[in-house]
Amino acid sequence: MNTAAMDSLYQEIILDHYKHPHGAGLREPFEAEVHHVNPTCGDEITLRVHLDGETVGDVSYDAQGCSISQASVSVLNDLVVGKSVTEGMTVLDSFTELMQGKGQVEPDEDVLEDGIAFAGVAQFPARIKCALLGWMAWKDAVSQALVTSAAPDNTATSTTGDPA
Amino acid sequence: MTVVEGTTTDTASFDVARIRADFPILGRVLPGDLPLVYLDSANTSQKPQQVIDAISDHYRLHNANVARAMHHLGAEASAAFELGRDKVAAFINAPSRDEVVYTKNASEALNLVARVLGDAGRVGEGDEVVITEMEHHSNIVPWQQLTQRTGATLRWFGVTDEGRLDLNEIDSLITERTKVVSLTWVSNMLGTINPVDTVIAKARSVGALVVIDASQAVPQMPVDVAALGADFVAFTGHKLVGPTGIGVLWGRYDLLAELPPFLGGGEMIETVTMQGSTYAPPPARFEAGTPPIAQSVGLGAAVDYLSGIGMENVAAHEQAITAYALGALQEIDGLTVVGPKEAVDRGGAVSFTLEGVHPHDVSQLLDSRGIAVRAGHHCAKPAHLRFGVQSTTRASFYLYTTEQEIDALVEGLHHTQKYFA
Repeated sequence: MNTAAMDSLYQEIILDHYKHPHGAGLREPFEAEVHHVNPTCGDEITLRVHLDGETVGDVSYDAQGCSISQASVSVLNDLVVGKSVTEGMTVLDSFTELMQGKGQVEPDEDVLEDGIAFAGVAQFPARIKCALLGWMAWKDAVSQALVTSAAPDNTATSTTGDPA
Repeated sequence: MTVVEGTTTDTASFDVARIRADFPILGRVLPGDLPLVYLDSANTSQKPQQVIDAISDHYRLHNANVARAMHHLGAEASAAFELGRDKVAAFINAPSRDEVVYTKNASEALNLVARVLGDAGRVGEGDEVVITEMEHHSNIVPWQQLTQRTGATLRWFGVTDEGRLDLNEIDSLITERTKVVSLTWVSNMLGTINPVDTVIAKARSVGALVVIDASQAVPQMPVDVAALGADFVAFTGHKLVGPTGIGVLWGRYDLLAELPPFLGGGEMIETVTMQGSTYAPPPARFEAGTPPIAQSVGLGAAVDYLSGIGMENVAAHEQAITAYALGALQEIDGLTVVGPKEAVDRGGAVSFTLEGVHPHDVSQLLDSRGIAVRAGHHCAKPAHLRFGVQSTTRASFYLYTTEQEIDALVEGLHHTQKYFA
């Protein structure tokens, strides 16, 4: 590996999101809160989802981890807040496909926007879990929030390890 | 201790260049034309040609199952397997070869002790087990499981700000209620060498058994289990230039002889009927199934290799290179060593934080320059929590580590700081 490989991993966009994360902090209201960890390295995230009907009203989070995991959840916040849950899930699928594509998947900038900067991460197998930590937490939180929204007086919380 | 400039003359009797020539992997060049700088030996050590050849020869010429094959190769394999045990016993000065129980690693060795002490009723409700806050998870989780299973209480020594075992509470921690004290000799994260003699003496005075996790100790210093006074000592082969897949539990014979088996299966029995079984004497009682045969041969070659160099020489080099690293690293602005900051009672693992850069990113940048370190919690989450950090970067050294490699690390860290500035 060399400088070019490092620069493909640590794109300017990633370093910018790392230094100035979007939507960081835990906020109310929320229908679901989850806590995910990456057991191999200890990275952690607490993430809340607020649904406004069919729309993702807010994704707020408190994360401890490396530049890749921090930048990834910042991009997640940009990409899913204000979108419908269905659209958000489409972005998740697209991001997951990019991460698991071993560098062979051409990212769709219209769907992933700043998320295309993570294309280089797919070349570093040890870092893929870092990039997916926040997204897996979001997927978990949304599915719980959908249940909670159906039965409005409860706030679901869960603590799980990252199965990825 | 004196630190001599250059890599070939750390001590008169210790020639790092010649030692490095025995380790083929240290000559590797990584993509980008980068020479390997391997600073992850506390994770696993590299292997000399002598160990690789011993394993290769075994598979090429002598391979058979042991103890049950009546043919010629079976006899050769059995003899080679048991010779490995003899060599390990001599290496740690075990009073008897039958005190050396093979496991798959140190974790299994510690689990074995915790399991059979519970099964034997040696730890029960109202009893206490004492560990420390600086243990590897493999010397925490089995004791949590044992105390939860039996209704006993788990207690632990704290760690001082300097990264030393806090002995202030030793008299209130180790009492008549204490049945087992289990602690690491050398911390895999902080690098601390613990005053095991003091703890063993105290435990003995209350009649408690003592288990020593020597995973980081046996590779880097002379160990004499007969003189130590502990009841059990656990370590693993792959950290002492031996193969993976083999660990060692040394135990006092009289104690092993009265403990029940761990896993059931082939070779651990005396006789089996459909109504019940009786068990073989130690060490076979604790070695169910086909044992790590080629690994015993490889481990025998590994301890031969280390004995040929002399463990006191290995320890002196470890001390010198650690002192050099501690000095060089602490000159970097924003770098904080987590653990003892001087090379006094200290092993060759140095964990640190670099202000503003997460350990993953540190190790990634170092890797891009061919430098291998470990980043994360090093299976010691409580020790990290004690120092208020989630993870650290750890550089660890061994008999083949040079001052030039430490210099490359320091340069790599400066580069990392600039990259993330």
